[in-house]
Amino acid sequence: MENKYNRLRNFHQAKWDEEVIFQLHNPGEKGIIVPEVEKEIQNEIGDGISEIPASMLRSEKPNLPEVGQMRVLKHFLRLSQQTLGADFNVDIGQGTCTVKYNPKINESFVRNPNESELHPMQDQSTCQGTLQILHEMGEFFKEISGMDRFSFQPSSGSHAILNMASIIRKFHEVNGEDGQRDEIITTIFSHPSDAAAAAVLGYKIITIHQEEDGLPSAEALRSVVSERTAGLFITNPEDTGIYNPNIIEFTKIVHDAGGLCGYDQANANGILGITRAKDAGFDMCFFNLHKTFSGPHGSGGPAAGVIGVTDRLKDFLAVPIVGKKEDGSFYLDYDLPNSIGKTRQFYGPIPVIVRAYAWIRSLGAEGLEEVANIAVLNNNYLLHKITKIRGAASPFPAGKHRIEQVRYTWDKMFKETGVGTYDVTLRLADFGFHMWSSHHPFIVPEPFTIEPTESYSKEELDEYIEALQRISDEAYSNPEIVKTAPHNSVIHKIDHSVSDDPKKWAISWRSYLKKHGN
Amino acid sequence: MKSENFVHPYIPNSVPEVKAKMLEEIGVENIEELYSDIPDQLRFKGKMKLPKALTSELALKQHMEKILSKNKSVNEYDSFLGGGVANHFVPAICDEVNGRSEFLTAYAGEPYEDHGRFQALYEYQSLMSEMLDFDVVNVPTYDWAQAAATSIRMAQRITKKDEILISELIGPDKLSAIYNYCQKSMKITLVKHDEVTGLLDMKDLKSKLHKDLAGIYFENPSYIGIIENQGKEISDLIHESEGLSIVGADPISLGILKPPSQYGADIACGDIQTLGNHLHYGGCLGGFISSRDEEKIVMEYPSRLFGITKTEVEGEWGFDDVAYDRTSFGVREKGKEFVGTANALYAITSAVYLSLMGPDGMHDIGRHLTQKSLYAKKILGKIQGLKIKFDTASFKEIVLDFNESGKTVQEINKALLNHNIFGGIDLLEKFSWLQNCALFCFTEMNSKEQIDHLASVLTEVLAN
Repeated sequence: MENKYNRLRNFHQAKWDEEVIFQLHNPGEKGIIVPEVEKEIQNEIGDGISEIPASMLRSEKPNLPEVGQMRVLKHFLRLSQQTLGADFNVDIGQGTCTVKYNPKINESFVRNPNESELHPMQDQSTCQGTLQILHEMGEFFKEISGMDRFSFQPSSGSHAILNMASIIRKFHEVNGEDGQRDEIITTIFSHPSDAAAAAVLGYKIITIHQEEDGLPSAEALRSVVSERTAGLFITNPEDTGIYNPNIIEFTKIVHDAGGLCGYDQANANGILGITRAKDAGFDMCFFNLHKTFSGPHGSGGPAAGVIGVTDRLKDFLAVPIVGKKEDGSFYLDYDLPNSIGKTRQFYGPIPVIVRAYAWIRSLGAEGLEEVANIAVLNNNYLLHKITKIRGAASPFPAGKHRIEQVRYTWDKMFKETGVGTYDVTLRLADFGFHMWSSHHPFIVPEPFTIEPTESYSKEELDEYIEALQRISDEAYSNPEIVKTAPHNSVIHKIDHSVSDDPKKWAISWRSYLKKHGN
Repeated sequence: MKSENFVHPYIPNSVPEVKAKMLEEIGVENIEELYSDIPDQLRFKGKMKLPKALTSELALKQHMEKILSKNKSVNEYDSFLGGGVANHFVPAICDEVNGRSEFLTAYAGEPYEDHGRFQALYEYQSLMSEMLDFDVVNVPTYDWAQAAATSIRMAQRITKKDEILISELIGPDKLSAIYNYCQKSMKITLVKHDEVTGLLDMKDLKSKLHKDLAGIYFENPSYIGIIENQGKEISDLIHESEGLSIVGADPISLGILKPPSQYGADIACGDIQTLGNHLHYGGCLGGFISSRDEEKIVMEYPSRLFGITKTEVEGEWGFDDVAYDRTSFGVREKGKEFVGTANALYAITSAVYLSLMGPDGMHDIGRHLTQKSLYAKKILGKIQGLKIKFDTASFKEIVLDFNESGKTVQEINKALLNHNIFGGIDLLEKFSWLQNCALFCFTEMNSKEQIDHLASVLTEVLAN
C-alpha cells in the first residue's frame, strides 16, 4: 500500500459464501427439543390435538428446514460476521442516523431478568423499577427539551410523527376546526416521514424547498399558511446540518395562522443543553432514543421516539404516561381527557428506553452538553477536511459552520470522472466503512451525509477522511477500480434487475424456488 | 466536566490537546463559535437539572441493578398472563445471536458490507412464509396493532373501499391504535360475537355485509383464546361481497393450527414476540404482515421487503430491496403510508427461533400448549366458585368466570399475588360484558406443578 494512505487498513470483510438456511436442511436433524408435557398431563389429556376442530387443524407441518443446533448457530454467526456493525467500524457515514457508541454495560441491564422477564399486565406494585425508569426519563426529557410532559408510546421517530399528527387532529377537533385545517407543512430537508406519516391521517402535505442559503425562508412559509394550516413539522438543524436561525419566526407564523408546531428532533445530538424545543416556540417535539440517546440500531430497530408537549397539549398525549403518587410509588396514568388513545400495545419499547436511561445517567447534564460540543467539533473538523478533497463539496454557503452533520456532494467529481456517490459507497466498503447517500429526492446532486457524533477519535476520523481522499484520487486516476467495487466486501455487484419485476422478485425462499427453480 | 479536564470514556475527543488541535485546524477559537448560527435568545443559558453523572461504570451498574431489583419477574412469580404477549421459552442461541455486536449495532448499510443483515432478514421472511403458507412477509413493523392497522389500510387501497369490519373480540389496546391510524379515512364497524361460544356471530356479520367493504379483520385465536373455526365461512362471505379477509394470528400456534391462508385470508398479521423474544414488559414486539405474491397486494406494503438475487460472481447470493419506490423513503408522502426504523433485531431473533425449532419443534410446541391449557381447563374447572366461561376449543388462553364466587378479579388477583402468582388479565377492563372474568394463559413455562398450585390457591381463595 502506498505510504500516502498510511492510515488505511488492508481490510477484507469476512466472506463465508454462506448458504440460505433452507439449503442446510437435512431431514431428521434437530435444533432444539420441545419438552413434552408431564406424564400425568398426557394421561389426563392425551395428545390434545383431537380437541382442536378438524377445520382448524394444520394438515402438514410447516416446511421449515431441519438443521442441527451447532449448524444453526454457525449459520447466524457467519451472517453476523458478514454485517458491518458500528462496533467494528468508524460509523460516521450513515449521516442523519447518529450511529454512536452503544455502551456494552447497558446491554447487561436489558438482559437482566428483572428487566427482560416482566409481563406488561403484571401488578404495578411488582414493576416499580421499570415504572421508575419511565417516570424519571419523562423528567429528564422535560429538562432536555423544556417541554412539560412526555409519552413513551411512539415506537420510532416516524411513529412519533404519527403521534404528533394525531395530536394535531385531536386538538383542532376539540376546537371545532378540524374540518377546515387539513394541511401540514414541512420542508424538503426534513425526514420523509414528516410528510408521509402526516399524510396517513389524511393531511394534505405542503413541502417548502430551501433557498440559496440552504434554508427554507420565512417568506415561503408565510405564503403557504392559511386558515387551512393544521401544523408544521420541521427539523432543525435540517439534514444539511445548517441551523435555521429564523425558527422562532417560523413557529410564530404558524401559531398566528392557528396551527401547531411539531419539532422533529430525531437527531438532536448537536444541541443537547445548547438550545431547547420549547424556547423556539414548539408545541411538541420528539427524540429518537436509538439515535441521540445511544440505543443500538439493531440492524433496523428496535427504536423509540419519545414525544413531549407543552402544557396546553398535556392531555392529548397517547396513554399511558407514568405518574408518581405521594407515597413515592409509580403508576400507569390513563386519565388524560383529550388523549389520542393508544398508539402501540402496552407502554413503549422498554429495552430501548432502559438503555437510553442508563446512557443519560452515565453522562449527566454536563456530559450531555459535552456530547453536543464534541459532536459539533468533530463535524466541523470533517467539514474542513472533506471540502478539501478533490471533487467533494458542501453545497450552500461556504464558510458557514454546521451543527451535527453535513450534506456533501460529489457532483463535481461525478461530472469530471463519472464516479458518483453510489460508486464511492461501494468502494468505501473495501476499507471497512459505510457511506449513505441521503434521503430522496436528491436535491443535492450526488449527495452523501456524514455525521461523526462524539464517539470517534480524531485518528479514526482521519482514517475515514483518508479513505475518501484515496477514492477521490482513484476516481481521477483510475476510475475503473471505483466503478467495479466492492472488491474486498462480502459479495460482488448485485443484479438489481429482478427487484422491480413482479415475475422475478422473490421475497421468500419458497417464492424463489417457484420462480427460479433450484 | 465541561470546564475541567475530565474525559468521559464515551467521548474521546474531549482530551484538551486533541480538542485544541481540531479547533486550530478548523480555524476557530472555541467550540462556542461553531454555534454562531443559533441566535442568542434561543441559547439555553441554564443548566439541565439532571441527576449527577454516574461516570464510573461500576456506579452505573450498581444504580441500575438497584432500580431493577424493585421488579418481580416471571421467573420469581408464577405468571398466567397473556393477552398478546406471553412468557415462552427462549433458546440460548436466540440470545446469543440477538446480542451479537454485528447485528446489534448495524443499521442501514448497503447489501454488500451488510450482506449478512440482508440475508438474515430475508431468511426471517422466508421462515415466516412457511409458517403462514404465504409467499410474502414484510420486515416487521412496531407491533401487532400496527401490523393490523396497516393490513387494514392496505385492504383499503387494494379494494378502493373505505369501510372495515372488525371483530369486537380483539384487544382494546389494538383497537384503539387501529382507530387512531384509520381516523378520517375509514369507517370502522364492529362485528359481534356469540356470547355462548365466543365465536364470531355469523348472523351479525351477514347483516353488516355490503359491497362497499374493504374487508374484515378478525383474530384467530381471538383475544380471549378461542379458536375461530368459522374462518373459511367468514372469508367466503367477505369475498362474496368483494372485500378482503384479514386475519391476525399468534405465530406460535401455527405449527398445529391452520394458517389464515388456508381458510381464505388475503392478508395475515400478528406479533413475533412469542417466537424467541423476551417479554420486556411488553416492550419487545414486532408486527408481521403476510400475503400472497400478487403485484397488486405487494405494491401496497409500506414496509421494506427484501428479495434474493444473484451477483456478477457465479454462485454468490445477493439480497436487495424489492419495489423500493413504493416506500416513503423513495417518494415521501406519495409512498405507501410510511417506513422507518422498527424491529429488525427481533425479526432476526425469530429467524433463529424458527430455524432451531424446525417443523417438528413448531408442531410440538403447538401440541404442548394445547395440552397444557386443556389440563388447566380440566383441573381449574373443578373448583367451586369458578367456571370455564366458554365450552369452545381454545389455544393457550382460557377465560375463567368468577361470578359464582361473588369476588372480583381484582380481589382474586390480589390474593394470588400474596402467593407469588400473577393471576389472569381482568377482562372487565377490556370488555364490559365480561364482568368478573379473567383471561389465564398457560405456556410451556408453566409446569404441571404450577398449575396444580394455582388450582389449590384458587380453591382456597374462592372458598373464603
